[in-house]
Amino acid sequence: MKSFTRYIPVLYVTFLMIPIYWLLNMSFKTTNEILSGFTLYPHNFTLASYATILTDPSWYSGYINSIEYVAINTIISVGVALPAAYAFSRYRFLGDKHLFFWLLSNRMAPPAVFALPVFQLYSQIGLFDTPWAVALSHTLFNIPLAVWILEGFMSGVPKELDETAYVDGYSFPRFFFRIFIPTIAAGIGVACFFCFMFSWVELLLAKTLTSVAAKPIAAVMTKTASASGYQLGLLAAAGSLTLIPGAVVIYFVRNYIAKGFALGRV
Amino acid sequence: MSAKIQNNKAWWLVAPVFLMVAFNALVPLMTVVNYSVQETFGDNVFTWAGVHWFQEVLHSERFHSALLRQLLFSGIVLAIEIPLGLGVALTMPRKGPWVSVCLVLMSLPLLIPWNVVGSMWNIMALPDIGLLAKVINGLGIDYNYTRQPVAAWFTIVLMDVWHWTSLVALLCYAGLVSIPDAYYQAAKVDGAKTWAVFRYIQLPKLKHVLTIAVLLRFMDSFMIYTEVSVLTGGGPGNATTFLSIDLVKIALGQFDLGPAAAMSLIYFMIILFLSWLFYTLMMKNEDA
Amino acid sequence: MAKISIENLRHSYLPFPNSERDEDYVLKKLSIDWADGGAYALLGPSGCGKTTLLNLISGLLVPTEGKILFDKHDVSHASPEQRNIAQVFQFPVIYDTMTVYDNLAFPLRNRGVSESVIDPRVKEIAGMLDLSATLHKRASGLTADGKQKISLGRGLVRSDVAAIMFDEPLTVIDPHLKWQLRSKLKELHQRTKRTMIYVTHDQTEALTFADQVVVMNNGEIVQIGTPIELFEKPKHTFVGHFIGSPGMNVLPCEVKNGQASFAGQAISTDNGSTYKGQNQKLEIGVRPEFVTLAKTGIAAEIVKVADAGRFRIVETRAAGSSIKLLLPEDQEIPTGKVNLAFDKAHTQIYADGWIVGEKP
Repeated sequence: MKSFTRYIPVLYVTFLMIPIYWLLNMSFKTTNEILSGFTLYPHNFTLASYATILTDPSWYSGYINSIEYVAINTIISVGVALPAAYAFSRYRFLGDKHLFFWLLSNRMAPPAVFALPVFQLYSQIGLFDTPWAVALSHTLFNIPLAVWILEGFMSGVPKELDETAYVDGYSFPRFFFRIFIPTIAAGIGVACFFCFMFSWVELLLAKTLTSVAAKPIAAVMTKTASASGYQLGLLAAAGSLTLIPGAVVIYFVRNYIAKGFALGRV
Repeated sequence: MSAKIQNNKAWWLVAPVFLMVAFNALVPLMTVVNYSVQETFGDNVFTWAGVHWFQEVLHSERFHSALLRQLLFSGIVLAIEIPLGLGVALTMPRKGPWVSVCLVLMSLPLLIPWNVVGSMWNIMALPDIGLLAKVINGLGIDYNYTRQPVAAWFTIVLMDVWHWTSLVALLCYAGLVSIPDAYYQAAKVDGAKTWAVFRYIQLPKLKHVLTIAVLLRFMDSFMIYTEVSVLTGGGPGNATTFLSIDLVKIALGQFDLGPAAAMSLIYFMIILFLSWLFYTLMMKNEDA
Repeated sequence: MAKISIENLRHSYLPFPNSERDEDYVLKKLSIDWADGGAYALLGPSGCGKTTLLNLISGLLVPTEGKILFDKHDVSHASPEQRNIAQVFQFPVIYDTMTVYDNLAFPLRNRGVSESVIDPRVKEIAGMLDLSATLHKRASGLTADGKQKISLGRGLVRSDVAAIMFDEPLTVIDPHLKWQLRSKLKELHQRTKRTMIYVTHDQTEALTFADQVVVMNNGEIVQIGTPIELFEKPKHTFVGHFIGSPGMNVLPCEVKNGQASFAGQAISTDNGSTYKGQNQKLEIGVRPEFVTLAKTGIAAEIVKVADAGRFRIVETRAAGSSIKLLLPEDQEIPTGKVNLAFDKAHTQIYADGWIVGEKP
């Protein structure tokens, strides 16, 4: 029994890697090869699809736009969440529990419900088709998440640290930035990771709030599927490229992944 | 944990968060509520409609079908992903060089944009071209997800399992790793077998983590949109038209503001209610 | 029940330790024999290796080098279950979802013992531990000391257990309950006559519980002896410091021709005449209990007086060294300069830390 359980993770990871492999496989094939038959690996290895994407502005701008709004969103979400999480962690105030629950309830809101009204809202304030619209709308679910994560980490830091700093004469901003933040650096890392993740992958709102100028890569990719038949190689290459930011982020936080999911209080 | 200080000035710290979320949540919600109780014939002329839209939606065949499909989908997906994720977590290495490799590779599916997930499985399932299609047809089963509802369901479920089981696994893994060694040592000393260790030590300690996993997976599967939209578009026919897909069709496709708004509110209420139900059931018998 | 021996035990946490390098090893070469049914303590500061040693004996760790024998059988690679030991950990380990009764019955059920045998046994142990009233309550609802009793009970419930190991079991117990639990452990030992090995860094726990104490430091055994032996004749200055409150006075000295001297004054010692070595760091060790005020002797000045209840600790300074002595609470304390005398029978000379005249 013991020996076969060792293979379960291996089988599972293999299962996970197969579609990824298949995607990469497709991306290196010519369209002819794809349509003419079934091959397990590219017989006519080509980088043509990648070349198209990296040179055609209508393609690579999609990536840039996506990264832009994800970055803006992460900075805003975590930045705004930090003081709020501190407040939840250290203070009781009127309506604090209700506020906390209300924040978490937004995580349960289907994006589909918000698609139309958010579209109208951002059109009215003139932010339609800008990365700001997407970044701001994503804060709907990312801010509550960031607050939840950061509050968990902050609660693990004893209040004595704050008190000692005040006794030592630190003003609140100085204490917060020079002492407190380094202490919860891991928590900030985890919060950034999750904000990045949920903003990068979410596409309904991203597509609804953009049309041409701030078009995310997802919208660009769907144009491929519908326009001139199936340019599968191109689609596959575009998809493969979207794996990179995710892989990079995971690599950097790999040591914190298990700790992060534990969130200290889960 | 020392007590918190009562201080209403803390609202200043919370204000930015409150404002941003309120703007993105309350304002659109108010719009939705607004539309749900009004009727328009165009030209921005609105008349009061009361509960008319709600009644229409609640009685509509279309809504019932979408709801049933959604419940079935979420049910199937939970039934597979929770045990599978837990099982994988139990067998993952806890110490040693393979831990990082395992964690990194398992996290990959979680960071892929949802439309790419849909496209990946699209490519996997295409007849004659896709690996999945080839394998299944090779086994003698006639498989075409664009035409057969069962095949479409199979593919979507497989895609979701592939996509999200890692989340359950990682959550459970974190919970398992946080069980102090002394418990396992005591079990060894007491002569407990593997099953007893699972039942009396691991499972009780995983209760919180499993609750979170179930809640997250339930909520997200109930809201699923992009992956399904890219893979099947809701088809064949409306075999895989779940609630979000239906809602987007009505709201952004047909611009039927009233019904869409009413459906949105009902949809949100259902999620809130079922989440509360799950949470209460799972946290029963909690010795806080 | 078993006679436990360890032979030439050496342990390292590194996967590939260098045999020549002592620092790689948490436990340097150890050999001890423990008789059946005794109460033993492993005493030492944090990090000295006592928990490692305990886990090696119980089978939770496999030794890098050396052998562990239970009644002459080599069990070095046997599992804890095979060695038939029980262990109580630092914080209470109980099965939360089970009642107190089921917790106690758990080890027996795992061995397939029939319920008719389990029932009286569990009740007996619960009675010994004053847990009878809570038998059908959920274990998770008990206080910390109640939970530790359950852990202890799981060890006692097995009638054939070879030894019970305790790894600092009173750590999470409230101070006023520690005494109760300690007495209970001693009582249980006398009733059940099982071999019990108790790891702690608290000398009070060790000295009140054990018949024999193994004092450890840095992975080595410094001294094995009864509490009295450790108190009256510490073999190493470390033991002198560590045991007794306050610890032993250690003063630099010189020895010429068998006569010891401190600060120019001749001191009579128990073992000074046996000293034959050269070029070693020499020290005199004498416990505060054996230092008295005298009309003539070592000149010292009183620096501080601390009240310790039934006696007072008087700290003096002489020739740059601190010397403590104890005075009964009703004795008047002089001020300023005094003369101190040491009880010869309890004044020893130590060379490089080890007592002179006996092989360490």
